[in-house]
Amino acid sequence: MGTVILLALTGLGLAALYFLVASGLSLVFGLADVLNFAHGLFLGVGAYATWWAAGNLPGAGPDGFGFVLAVAFGVAAGTLVAVLVELVLIRPLYSRTIEQVLVTVGLSLAGVALLQATWGADARPFPRPEWTRGVTGILGAQVPNGGLLLIVAAVLVLGALLAFLQWTRYGLVIRAGVENREMVTALGIDVRKSFTLVFAIGGAAAALAGALGGVYFGTVSPGQGSSLLIFAFIVVVIGGMGSVLGSAYAAVAVGLLQQFVNYYGTSGLGDICVVGLLAVVLLLRPQGIAGKVATA
Amino acid sequence: MTEVKSPEVPAPPAAVPAELAPERGGWQRVRPFLPLVALVVAAILPYSTVQLPGVFEGPLNSPGTLQLLAVCLIFGGLAAGYDLLFGRTGMLSFGHALYFAAGVYGTDILVTKAGLPLWQAALLTVTGGTVLAALLGAVALRTVGIAFAMVTLAFAQVAAILVARDFGGLTGGEEGLPLDVSGLPDALVGVANTVNLYWLALAYLALVVLVVHRVSGSPTGRVLAGLRDDERRIGVLGLDPYRYKLVAFTLAGGLASAGGVVYCLIVGGASPHITSSELTLSLLVMVVLGGPGTRWGPVLGGILYMYLDHRLTAFGTSDAVDALPAVLSRPLSQPLFVLGTIFILAVYFFPGGLASLTSRLTPLRRALRLPSSRP
Repeated sequence: MGTVILLALTGLGLAALYFLVASGLSLVFGLADVLNFAHGLFLGVGAYATWWAAGNLPGAGPDGFGFVLAVAFGVAAGTLVAVLVELVLIRPLYSRTIEQVLVTVGLSLAGVALLQATWGADARPFPRPEWTRGVTGILGAQVPNGGLLLIVAAVLVLGALLAFLQWTRYGLVIRAGVENREMVTALGIDVRKSFTLVFAIGGAAAALAGALGGVYFGTVSPGQGSSLLIFAFIVVVIGGMGSVLGSAYAAVAVGLLQQFVNYYGTSGLGDICVVGLLAVVLLLRPQGIAGKVATA
Repeated sequence: MTEVKSPEVPAPPAAVPAELAPERGGWQRVRPFLPLVALVVAAILPYSTVQLPGVFEGPLNSPGTLQLLAVCLIFGGLAAGYDLLFGRTGMLSFGHALYFAAGVYGTDILVTKAGLPLWQAALLTVTGGTVLAALLGAVALRTVGIAFAMVTLAFAQVAAILVARDFGGLTGGEEGLPLDVSGLPDALVGVANTVNLYWLALAYLALVVLVVHRVSGSPTGRVLAGLRDDERRIGVLGLDPYRYKLVAFTLAGGLASAGGVVYCLIVGGASPHITSSELTLSLLVMVVLGGPGTRWGPVLGGILYMYLDHRLTAFGTSDAVDALPAVLSRPLSQPLFVLGTIFILAVYFFPGGLASLTSRLTPLRRALRLPSSRP
C-alpha cells in the first residue's frame, strides 16, 4: 500500500512538472498557433536564473525567504525572456506557422548552447532549502518534500490560471481567441496583445517549473528543458490544444502512467506507454481530451 | 441538331521576347553537365595532396579530411532525402532521425551481434528501415500539420529511449556499440582505406540526389508538390493524399536508413546521440539553410552544416577567438550557438536559402551589366 501511495505521489509530482510546462505551451498554441520549441529554453532560463540568484543576488539565498526571492527572480527572468522572444522574434512572423516553428527551433538550439557556453555542460548542484531534502510520511509512504512542493505549486498555478481565464477581461479575450481568433479580431479587439500575455504566462510557468524542477532533481543542466519538452508536447496533444484544464488531466494521466509502469515494468517502459497513449488518443480522438483539433 | 465541332487550331508556339530568351552562350551549354563535373571532381579529390590551410587540417587525401568529407556527404544526402518530405511534400516530420538511426543500429547489431556478412546486414537493414517507415507513417499520417510533427517526434523519442535503456543488451546503451570489423570486407576496414568509405558516401549522395530528382520529376512528384501547395485541391482531383504522402514518407525513410548503413561504416559504430530529436532538428536546419524544395540546396546545406559543425569547434578553441573577451569567445566556441543564430537570421532574411542566391543576385548582376551594354 505504501508503495502505491509513494508512486502515486511521485507520479503526481512529475505530473505537476509536466503541467507547469504544458499549460503555457498549450495556451500559446491554442491562441497563437505557435508550436514553441523554445519553451524548454524558458525553463532553462528560470532554473539558471534561480541558481544564479541564490548565490549572487543580495538578500536571496538557498533557504527560507531568500529562496522565495531567488525563485521570484528566476520566474521574472523567464517571463522577461518569453516576452522578448514574442516581441522581437515571433511577432513579425504571425500567420506564417512553419517559419515560427523554425525560428523557435533555432532559438532552442542557440539558447541551450548559450546556457552551456555560460555555465558549462555539466549539471550543477541546485541550491535548495534544507526541508526539501527530507521526506514526509503520508499514509505509510515516505514522500520527498520536493515533489510535494511541485504538486502544491502546480495546483496553485492551475487555480490562478483558471480564475484568470474565467473572471478577468483578458482571460475572456484569451478564451474567445482560442475558440475563434478571426471573430475576436473582427470585434475590434487587438488579439496580439494577448499573444504577448500568453507568452508571458507560459514563460513564467515554465521558469517556475525550471526552478522547482531544480529543487526536485537537485541539479540543473542546460539540456533539462528539452528532455521535459517532449513529454510536455505529448501532454499538450493528449490534453487538447488551448485547454488548461485538459493539460492538467493529461499531465496527471501521463505522470501516473509513467511512474507506475516504470516501477512495475522495466525502466523506460513507462515512457513508451506514454507514447502509445498519445498514438491511441490521436487516432481515436484527435482533438484531445478537451480543445480544438490539432491541425494547421 | 448539328454537333458543333470546334476545329482544333494548332496554337502557334508562344513567341519568347528576345530579352527573355536564354543566352545561348558557352555557360548555358555547359550548365547541364555541371553536376557531372562536380561528381567527377569529388571522385578524384582523394588523389590530390593539396593543402588547404584553415579549411582542412591535413592535405585533402589524409584520412582525417576524407572522413570529415565523407560525413559531410552523408548528411548532404540525408538532407536531400529529408527535403523530399519537408520541401517537396510540405510534411514537417520531427522524427526523421529514427530511420537514420535504424540504419546505423540495424547494421551495427546485425554485423556485430548476429555476425552476418555486411551485404546481408545492409540489405536487411534497408528493408527493415523502409518497412518501419511505412508502418509508422501509416499511423502518423492519420494526422496532419503540427499534430503530425508531434506524432513523429514521439515515435522517434521511443526509439531514443529504447536505445538509451539498452533493452536486451543490443544497443550498448549510453556508450554506444562499436562495429565489429572482423567480418567486414578488407577494403572497408582500416585508416588507409578511408578513401573507399569516402567513395561509398559519394555514391550514396549521388543515389539520393538521383532518386529525389527522378521522383520529383515524375507524375507522383507533381502530386507531392500539389500536396505541399494545396492538399484539398489534390483531394478534389480524386487523388488520395494519404497514399502519396505515405509513398514519400516511406521512400524518405528508406533513403535515410541506407544513409545510416554507410554512416555506420564511416564512423565505425553507433552512438545514442544519433537517435536524438536534435538530429532531426539539424536536418531541418540544413534544408532551410540550403533552400527547401530545390535540387542542390539541401545537399549544399547538409554538407555546409556538417562542415561548420566540425570546424567551428576547432575555430572556437583557436587563438583568434580566445583573444576575444569572454562575453564573445564563450558563445562562439559553441557550434550550435553560431549555427542556431545563422539559422534564425536565414529564416528572416533568406527564406530561399543558399539556392536562392543566384536569383537574388540577378537584379544586382543586371544592374551591373546594363551600363556596360549601353553605348
